[in-house]
Amino acid sequence: MNTLNNAVLIAKDPGWLIAVKGVLVFAICVLCTLMAVWAERRVLAKMQLRTGPNRVGKFGLLQSLADGVKLALKEDIIPAAADKVVFILAPIIATSMCFMAFAVIPMTGEVNLFGQKTALQMTDLPVSVLYILAVTSIGVYGVVLAGWSSGSTYPLLGGLRSSAQVISYEIAMGLSLVAVFIYAGSMSTSTIVGSQHQHIWNAVVLFPSFVIYVISMVGETNRAPFDLAEAEGELVGGFHTEYSSLKFALFFLAEYVNIIAVSALATTLFLGGYHALPGLGFTESWLGGWFTLVWFFLKVIFFFFIFMWLRATLPRLRYDQFMKFGWKVLIPVSLVWILIVASLRVLQQEGAPRIATIAFAVGIVLLVMAASSLIDRSKAKARAPQPEGDAPNFPIPSLPEVNSINVSGGK
Amino acid sequence: MSDFIEKKNSGQADINSVPFSEVEQPGPAPLAQQAKGFWVTFSSMFKKNQTVQYPDVKAPTQPRFHGRHQLNRHPDGLEKCIGCELCAWACPADAIYVEGGNNTPGNQLSPGERHGAVYQINYLRCIFCGLCVEACPTRALTMTNEYELADDKRQKLIFEKEDLLAPLRQGMLAPPHPMYPGMTDTDYYNGDVKEAHPSQAMNGDK
Repeated sequence: MNTLNNAVLIAKDPGWLIAVKGVLVFAICVLCTLMAVWAERRVLAKMQLRTGPNRVGKFGLLQSLADGVKLALKEDIIPAAADKVVFILAPIIATSMCFMAFAVIPMTGEVNLFGQKTALQMTDLPVSVLYILAVTSIGVYGVVLAGWSSGSTYPLLGGLRSSAQVISYEIAMGLSLVAVFIYAGSMSTSTIVGSQHQHIWNAVVLFPSFVIYVISMVGETNRAPFDLAEAEGELVGGFHTEYSSLKFALFFLAEYVNIIAVSALATTLFLGGYHALPGLGFTESWLGGWFTLVWFFLKVIFFFFIFMWLRATLPRLRYDQFMKFGWKVLIPVSLVWILIVASLRVLQQEGAPRIATIAFAVGIVLLVMAASSLIDRSKAKARAPQPEGDAPNFPIPSLPEVNSINVSGGK
Repeated sequence: MSDFIEKKNSGQADINSVPFSEVEQPGPAPLAQQAKGFWVTFSSMFKKNQTVQYPDVKAPTQPRFHGRHQLNRHPDGLEKCIGCELCAWACPADAIYVEGGNNTPGNQLSPGERHGAVYQINYLRCIFCGLCVEACPTRALTMTNEYELADDKRQKLIFEKEDLLAPLRQGMLAPPHPMYPGMTDTDYYNGDVKEAHPSQAMNGDK
């Protein structure tokens, strides 16, 4: 029923409407954060056989609001060693950038807002997904600068970790999105949503991309099990160790808005955006089209639940394992996958007979199977028991035969 | 800098030639096994949670829980504490301060010659080990199950004798008052005094 493209729909929005939508999107983000913090604490508690916050307001719903007020009233400390300007600028960058990502997310289909036929999407660029990637990576500057400007060791380590982490996972993320671009033939969010509505969710056809995106979005947002940048057990608080009061609250806000932003992007690119589940299309006209907002947020909540579930289940990765996983698994796999998707797409567009496409797909499957069996065989060979010798060969550090080691490295 | 490091004696060893044997890493577990952990957390959401809603619901402690101390009384109301300071000496945290005092005919607080004139327990120091209770020769000092011992001033956490004394029960008279007629402190100790005698009530001084 929502055949009209959002891009066309919102193109003739008057200026005041865009401003109203901006305020609305901002309010939604802040409200979502408040609810998300509460929901996360409650769900996490449930998963750990606890109750979670239940004191402030009904079911503890106002807990995060109370925490926010408490944070705002705390003493604001700027360390003597801090670079003052950058120190203040960092949380502002981190927060404002993650809000900006929401500007291009289509949250509803065609709705009536103050007598105007429009959609709850501030603007639609032909390259809106690239725009999201760009602003979220600027958001990383907030984290890096916070770590650098604090004038303290742990924040510096946290900031460095975070920059390395986000850069390497953004590659995997970008690559997983390339498959979506190829498939939808566009980088505009509303067009991608539209193409999924016409065919099938990208999460189904591009399942490997979907999995890679979901993994890398956790890495991108510095969340457990990839929360190396603020690893409590190792780096005190990571990049925000030296922050207090409202500045800390801003980082907190940024983290959660970021989570919601990547979840919203995942919804838009892989789960059909604001459209209803297949077969429930009739619900989209309820409440004058506003019911699509419910669908959108149901999907976002689904992703947010995955975030919470991961946090409750998995321990934090070691840094080298984390990097290894990003560079040696995610990136090569998504590269190969893009190659496959691109080839299939070209075959389709060049009008190759269906049989050729199917043969290509079968060939790929056979190749993957052959490769994996080869890997298995080489692993089995490596694991084969060693021939029995006189002494058991325990892996012990051997004793050096000299009493000194040359550290200078000179010849 | 390099002067501090002993020069290698020959070309036989540098950091790269130290022999090592590779430790075999166990590979990742099968996917089904890894998914098990996710099922644990997911299914926990539907289990009964273990939280006690503390200020609203107070779970009873074990009967022998080491809580706040109590200074007990004999059945006629006289204090059991004789001011011997053994509790203070036994205390490993130096939390107890006792000053003994003489019992006089006009001021008989406990059976026998002596009573505890000053008795303080500092709950900022007390570690609730119960050694004081073990040390007490008259069973004057025991522990209750009360555990809510928080306050907003340090001074308030030094409990005086009045704070620690057990309340007067049925048949008890508030000391100071004379001992039960015809009873010695040994009789008191043996538990032969069951209640206060009417003559013990001090209706004005003698």
